[in-house]
Amino acid sequence: MTEIRPLAEHDIIRDALDERAQAQWEAITAEVAEEPTRLGRTFPAAARKTGRGPLPGTDGVLVEDAVRVSLVQAAARSLEPAALLAELREVYRYGDNDEKRAVLHALSGAPEDLDGSDLLLDALRTNDTRLVAAAMGPHSDRLDDDAWRQGVLKCLFTGVPVTSVTGLARRADHRLAEMVQRYQREREAAGRDVPSDVQVVLDACRASLEQPEQHRQKDS
Amino acid sequence: MRIFDPHIHMTSRTTDDYEAMYAAGVRALVEPAFWLGQPRTSVGSFTDYFDALVGWERFRASQFGIAHHCTIALNPKEANDPRCAEVLDVLPRYLAKDGVVAVGEVGFDSMTVEEEKAFVRQLELAVEFELPAMVHTPHRDKEQGTRRTLELVAESGLAPGMVVVDHLNEVTVDQVDEAGCWMGFSIYPDTKMDEHRMVAILQRRGLDRVLINSAADWGRSDPLKTAKTGAAMLAAGFTEDDVDRVLWRNPIEFFGQSGRLLVDPDATDAASASADASATFEGNSILRGSRD
Repeated sequence: MTEIRPLAEHDIIRDALDERAQAQWEAITAEVAEEPTRLGRTFPAAARKTGRGPLPGTDGVLVEDAVRVSLVQAAARSLEPAALLAELREVYRYGDNDEKRAVLHALSGAPEDLDGSDLLLDALRTNDTRLVAAAMGPHSDRLDDDAWRQGVLKCLFTGVPVTSVTGLARRADHRLAEMVQRYQREREAAGRDVPSDVQVVLDACRASLEQPEQHRQKDS
Repeated sequence: MRIFDPHIHMTSRTTDDYEAMYAAGVRALVEPAFWLGQPRTSVGSFTDYFDALVGWERFRASQFGIAHHCTIALNPKEANDPRCAEVLDVLPRYLAKDGVVAVGEVGFDSMTVEEEKAFVRQLELAVEFELPAMVHTPHRDKEQGTRRTLELVAESGLAPGMVVVDHLNEVTVDQVDEAGCWMGFSIYPDTKMDEHRMVAILQRRGLDRVLINSAADWGRSDPLKTAKTGAAMLAAGFTEDDVDRVLWRNPIEFFGQSGRLLVDPDATDAASASADASATFEGNSILRGSRD
């Protein structure tokens, strides 16, 4: 009863899988559709049963991520948002970092009334750049401003492209600009390169500040 | 020389080691779960460690072009502590994961009843999860420990070819060979086995079912001992192909039985084919030394 937006369309995933992998995908999807609490049992083996690596026809989506999000989508159809979130927390807690990343991607396609920001905060405490990037996707609109700004700064700090950050143009503000400028000064004082994304963020802050207030309200 | 180190504890090693290993030809490795030097006192301490093996350490290795795999188990030493025995109940979660290529290290440390109980249970898990087992042999009374190990393996129903018995020496190698198990050798600066004794064993019995590892950890050890053994093999007249077989194809064959390898068996630049090397971000917290 919860709608999760897929990471890639069904046909795009199917076309990337060979016949054996398609059959496996269908089988595990049917398994979680029938019994959504099987999600945690199907997640670990999902990649080796189907495939991994870049998914053709997408902008950098991985096959294993798309398949795992599709499993969440199938489980979600018979779960209320609160029950789905409880399930996702379990999967994330015991997942390896590939599984954790897939949970974060699934949250990015979750409806408004589902708040998994605690998992994003966990991901942002790691130094795994793939988790940090996934945490700053669409679901990051649940993060409060302080946590979100720290997330953007962490992207700059760890080399995660800020193109991964959802809502940069909308949420970048004066305080973020100050934080990024301090980071820039620190790099310059040390004689180190300043990542080009620093300017991208500062430009976003500037643009945001020039907009009328109502356009900077959180959109849906 | 392409190298797959089938036993090395990278959690205890530095980024300098990763760089030196890559330069020496290491493109893949297996990190067995083991004792950390300081005894653990709770199950939570183990789960955090297992999470690091399938999480952070795998990512860290990928940043240096090395495909990281691990084995998961309650190690023999801590199997004696009743506070840790419940670890056996959480193992199934980890044994289902990609990149977890065996149950291990299991086996004996002091040959206690508790150790045997944990060992037997974990051999059952290997059968259940269709995984190989990596068996540690004790530092003390290695011969008797190895003998009892082989009896328990035979009783477990796990095929001998799914078992590597590790840390062997001249005294224990033949009984493991006769049992049909894989033979693991840990090449150390001064204990266990050295590269020249290793070459002599290879000359005597051939290259079948042999895994050569550095077993480098927090003790005095050398993560480049695999490469040094390869060099000693070449100096003794073995061919490049012989070295490739022992240092690359043999571990691929043994751990490939898990179906969980994250490396292309035929890759010449193995890490480029690994799942974790697919992280595409340039620069990162490890290489740049930034940790927050």
